[in-house]
Amino acid sequence: MFGYYMDLALRSLKRHKVLTTLMVLSLALGIGACITTTTVLRLLSGDPLPQKSSQLFYAQVDPNAKEGYIAGQTEPPSTMTYVDAMFLLHAHRAKRQAAVALTSGKIAPQRANERPFYSDGVQTTADFFGLFGAPFEYGSGWTAADDEGGSQVIVIASFLNQKLFGGANSVGKTIRMNDHDFRIVGVLKPWSPQPRFYALDLGGHDYGGDGDAMFLPLKTAMDLKMGPQDIECYDSVTDVNNLAAAPCMWLGVWVELPDQAAVADYRTFLANYARQQVAQGRFSRDETALLDLMGWLRDQQVVPDDVRLQAGLAYGFLLICVLNTVGLLLAKCLRRSREIGVRRALGATRGAIFGQFMVEAGIVGLVGGLLGLGFAELGLFGIRHQPAEYASLAHLDLSMFVFTFVVALVASLIAGLLPAWRACAVAPAPQLKAS
Amino acid sequence: MEIRPILASLRKHRIPTVLIVLEIALTCAVLCNAVFMIGQRVSAIRLPNAIDEHSLSTVGLSGTDEKTAGSDIPRNLAALRGIPGVQAAGAVSTLPLSHNNWGWSFGTSPDVSVFNKKTVNFSLFFLGEGADKALGLRLLEGRFFNADDYADSSFGSAPLPETHVTLVTHSIAERMWPGQSALGKTYYTTSHYYTVVGVIADVLRPNIDGQGEASNYFSAFYPMSAEGSKGNLRRYVLRSAPGDRDRVMRAAEQKLIELNPNGVTKSAIYSDMRDQYFADMRSMAWMLVLVCVVMLAVTAFGIVGLTSFWVGQRRQQIGIRRAVGASRGHIMQYFQTENFLLSGAGVVLGVAMAYGINLYLMQHYEITRMPWYYLPVSAVALWGLGQLAVLGPALRAANVPPVVATRSA
Repeated sequence: MFGYYMDLALRSLKRHKVLTTLMVLSLALGIGACITTTTVLRLLSGDPLPQKSSQLFYAQVDPNAKEGYIAGQTEPPSTMTYVDAMFLLHAHRAKRQAAVALTSGKIAPQRANERPFYSDGVQTTADFFGLFGAPFEYGSGWTAADDEGGSQVIVIASFLNQKLFGGANSVGKTIRMNDHDFRIVGVLKPWSPQPRFYALDLGGHDYGGDGDAMFLPLKTAMDLKMGPQDIECYDSVTDVNNLAAAPCMWLGVWVELPDQAAVADYRTFLANYARQQVAQGRFSRDETALLDLMGWLRDQQVVPDDVRLQAGLAYGFLLICVLNTVGLLLAKCLRRSREIGVRRALGATRGAIFGQFMVEAGIVGLVGGLLGLGFAELGLFGIRHQPAEYASLAHLDLSMFVFTFVVALVASLIAGLLPAWRACAVAPAPQLKAS
Repeated sequence: MEIRPILASLRKHRIPTVLIVLEIALTCAVLCNAVFMIGQRVSAIRLPNAIDEHSLSTVGLSGTDEKTAGSDIPRNLAALRGIPGVQAAGAVSTLPLSHNNWGWSFGTSPDVSVFNKKTVNFSLFFLGEGADKALGLRLLEGRFFNADDYADSSFGSAPLPETHVTLVTHSIAERMWPGQSALGKTYYTTSHYYTVVGVIADVLRPNIDGQGEASNYFSAFYPMSAEGSKGNLRRYVLRSAPGDRDRVMRAAEQKLIELNPNGVTKSAIYSDMRDQYFADMRSMAWMLVLVCVVMLAVTAFGIVGLTSFWVGQRRQQIGIRRAVGASRGHIMQYFQTENFLLSGAGVVLGVAMAYGINLYLMQHYEITRMPWYYLPVSAVALWGLGQLAVLGPALRAANVPPVVATRSA
């Protein structure tokens, strides 16, 4: 039976070539737009560390003045002062903990007659690599002793190792950064989580790129006056060079908490710390926050508004395209009332007529989906050539490929439902009488 | 034109009628909002900026020895001024739309704290001697900085310049001292105060967020001596004829590398820098335009398809009408009026939906209220589109010969 419906559907589609083209094209455009924007939206709202994100938490306390504070409504600022960050780090209440700030440094070339260049870097503490599961190609991270002593050690990214040492094992070698010598202790494998979740509110970009080029101990960077990218001060600053004591926030603090109990403990610990600081008069607000990684990404609204707007727009557009296809299918099936009447008179059941029209709609959907996939590839190609920082990430993956066909079939079957129902409701007698 | 027969016929084809009305309504709703968003972006991209945007190129120099950075500036500037085609050169800390922002909050009375509600956040620009001319700042009131102002200003250990004079933009003057002249007025933060010696035309901040808001222009300027700049005057601006910018910029970069072999330069033509800043917005605007065009095309083809079928279905009726005396014009008018009614219903529904979508977007995104005139303009556009789309099928209907009436269907 299905084969016969296919044959009927193909004949009918072939008979009205222009109309069929219109239906397929409009459905394909809608689907193409949807797949393109959904792909981008999914890429940008994806989990940067799927194996570990549920154990990673971002801690926040609030050293701001009382003025303007509404209990329970004012969120704590996104970064921390050095004093607070160091207290949390030294308390060792989590399995691993790290403070993070962004910086950049001038790297001297290894070969003569090349120019020095600037690279993006992260100033952080020893646990950083274990905390985020950054994979090492050679060597390892530095130790807590290096943190305390402010050793001039550095971990470099794979691409920087390639640029400076042609990809060879460079552990133990020295590079000159900001006119100081640093000993390389580790080389990372290519590592570039998207978004760059560990530095969302620390300055710089959220998406794209090959990742940060170098990682060095926080204390070392402070000793060498390598300022962070972004500083937020909440009181008058007398000495901006003494960031350790200045009333300024510039560090993000991440902790690893393996289970619910650890999370609850840490929350209490953080709340106690804030209350104690209020009691001592250093804080005037006891607000704290401990969001998990995905919660933090949502809180920071890391997905650009434009991307979400585009996705909404594309779904609106698909709706218009589906309406359009319903209208055209319906018009077509109403014109075929006589054909339906004849088939009904010759013994076809309502179900058979319904099936026949749904098959026709399904074919339109499949072809539309296939063409839509082409449009989506075209759309993503377009996005890759956009100036947006996430542009290079836009690629169709297998799940979106499958999703396309689900969307296409569902859209076309929904579009076919009404016309097919109208078709099977046609009474045979009047149609036969009319001729 | 009698519309009752049209309504009667539409009542007989209820479902297709509802579908076409819904499609037009949705298109109208999306079109209104999309066009509004395009408009917002275009106006942001075209925000005026009172520096000499089309004559400027810039070279940033960093990585030089901190200790000599101050004394290097006059030497570097002298070399840059010697490049043929350079009309003026100066050193600055940052430029409008450069993303490199240094913000601080100030109030109009001495007892302000950073969190005081009445403080206003400014972007701070530090100017080396001659940079005001190089940038082409436009003075509205008062004076530019004089040689003493430059010589007396330096950085200490605080993150604010040790000087007491400032230039502010017209927007700051309006915000801090509405209805008064800002000249001679003083603004304060806990440890520092600055007195306005001049008001200049609006210059954009290094980062702008809201669209079309006065706060985009909260830029304040301070003099800075080369010696006391502590590495904060890292960007050289060069003014030249627009045609010379590229050559001047390359020559300047070359010169600075020669003089500062240890430094790293980064150069740009200012208008490229501005384009770069708005690149995302521009591409979003073009994407919206594309969606609008495709959406209108889909809707138009939908109308063409559906009307064609109606015409096909009614060939015999049309034949009969023609046979009993209706002219071609009458038949055309029938389909045009029918479309006019359908579009009208769609547009009315669409305008309501457009308004609803705008309210939703205002809640969830940084979008302002849509000005009312977007609604009638979109409505008229869709009406026009409907009439255009129906023209073909209506002409075909008009060409149905009366003899069709005599044939059995």
